[in-house]
Amino acid sequence: MKLDLKVVEDVAHLARLGLNEAEKEQMREELAPILDYFEMLNELDTSHIPPTAQVISVQNLMRPDEVRPSAPAQEVLANAPFREDNYFRVRPIFEK
Amino acid sequence: MELYDLTLKEASEKLRKHEVSSLELTEAQLRRIEEVDEKVKAYLSVTADLALQQARLVDASMYGEASSGSSQLRSPLAGIPMALKDVFSTRGVRTTCGSKILENFVPIYDATVAQRLKQAGTILLGKTNMDEFAMGSSTENSSYFPTHNPWDLETVPGGSSGGSSAAVAARECFFALGSDTGGSIRQPASLCGVVGLKPTYGRVSRYGLVAFASSLDHVGPFTRTVEDCALVMNCLAGHDERDSTSINAPVPDYTKALIPDLKGIRLALPKEYFVEGMDPGVEQAVRAAVTKLEELGAEVDEVSMPHTKYALSTYYIIAPAEASANLARYDGVKYGLSDVDAQTMWESFFQTRDKGFGKEVKRRIMIGTYALSSGYYDAYYIKAQKARTMIKGDFDKVYEKFDAIICATSPTVAFKIGAKANDPLAMYLSDVLTIAANMSGVPGISVPCGFSEGLPVGLQILGPVLGEEKVLRVAYAYEQATNWHKQNPPL
Repeated sequence: MKLDLKVVEDVAHLARLGLNEAEKEQMREELAPILDYFEMLNELDTSHIPPTAQVISVQNLMRPDEVRPSAPAQEVLANAPFREDNYFRVRPIFEK
Repeated sequence: MELYDLTLKEASEKLRKHEVSSLELTEAQLRRIEEVDEKVKAYLSVTADLALQQARLVDASMYGEASSGSSQLRSPLAGIPMALKDVFSTRGVRTTCGSKILENFVPIYDATVAQRLKQAGTILLGKTNMDEFAMGSSTENSSYFPTHNPWDLETVPGGSSGGSSAAVAARECFFALGSDTGGSIRQPASLCGVVGLKPTYGRVSRYGLVAFASSLDHVGPFTRTVEDCALVMNCLAGHDERDSTSINAPVPDYTKALIPDLKGIRLALPKEYFVEGMDPGVEQAVRAAVTKLEELGAEVDEVSMPHTKYALSTYYIIAPAEASANLARYDGVKYGLSDVDAQTMWESFFQTRDKGFGKEVKRRIMIGTYALSSGYYDAYYIKAQKARTMIKGDFDKVYEKFDAIICATSPTVAFKIGAKANDPLAMYLSDVLTIAANMSGVPGISVPCGFSEGLPVGLQILGPVLGEEKVLRVAYAYEQATNWHKQNPPL
């Protein structure tokens, strides 16, 4: 069993993940048995079970909204792949 | 005996008595790295100059007059050289996470644990190798090179914190930190014959830990002995307001938990943890350890944790789902790799992520995105979160009657490099005994408990939430009654 090529392409698009043709084929083959393996969860009757998102009871921590120093712009921008003055430079969002 | 053979505790005592300086310890470790790391490949980067400079500073403050009253003198970790998995943000020191997408990334702040260790006066020797973004069980998924198990250089050290476990086993540092999302501290500790602790979820801050799966990520130490583990935990544990999942509970002195007998301790032996396909030598070593624990005064009873077999599927839905969201940040805009040929923003996202991420990371992003996508969300993600409730319920029930659970850490000893590289599901099965503890947030330790085919076996001890002291006590009593931790790999 292989996964549909279209499913692989749709999911890769949602994740903004570039895949070449060989990688797509590999995903079709490798993901199918993994997704099959997940099927065993259907043996569990979870109709009355609440979901667990995280295991500690701490929720909605509040603190006073006070002004604190933040990192200097020059430091923050030091890792930027492309920059212009004190800004991150990005590529065009809309095509010309 | 060389300086690098000392335990953390022994090195600390020698420092305190002025029998050795931090500079001497640091030089000894750097020489050791030079001598063996060509074979082991535990380190992604060695920060030798920085380490020597830090060691001189600590020595000056420990010996000098200016030092009196300095807080650095108080920590038993002061002057001790150590290593950090390359998943921890270190100010001014490259942090790659084992990925090409962060090849040139230099953080501008320290992770809270890095900061705490710095304040305690420890010496950073370097950053250790890991599976890319901590996704893997063998350290073969590093985008740089695989790490080799010091016990047999043709086998894996486990993963994802395989660089840290190998560095401790090869005595290339006195201790190291790792992260554990599904077993990434305990499994490599087991495979390398060292001690590895995953604390309770929230006990140690994750601020500055590069995120993999946020509801499952934990930070913890690798050491050669249980006592050393307690000493490092004394430094790491505690509340951090910069981590909103950090628990605000008092931190005990963990060394007080180190009691060499187990009178009155009730241990549960879950039958489901002796899984199909387990190495006979591993089962033998664990059964022998159970007998030893009984001799030490513990009462051991077999229990059933019926949802254990669902843990792996549950984990491999939840962890990739969270990872696919966490890794959305690698888009080539603010930091990290950015594809230079792309003409538009969208093109740049696709190409940057194609070039920057390795095979396993892409696979997990695909699984996670699939599980979260509309039409599959309820069937996979919500179903897995409900199964997680049931898995956690098994633990809650056992801890009503027992102090801790004992089982093997890994169903097998270290396997050959390449043996599972093309079978992702077989690789995922390496985590089958460790992942349930991540889903329930309970603390767990792996301690050496013997050898199978000449390779180390680990005993796993899992305690209740905030039950680190129980876990350490059982581990300590067992360790003191055996000699496994005194064996060194033939390097």
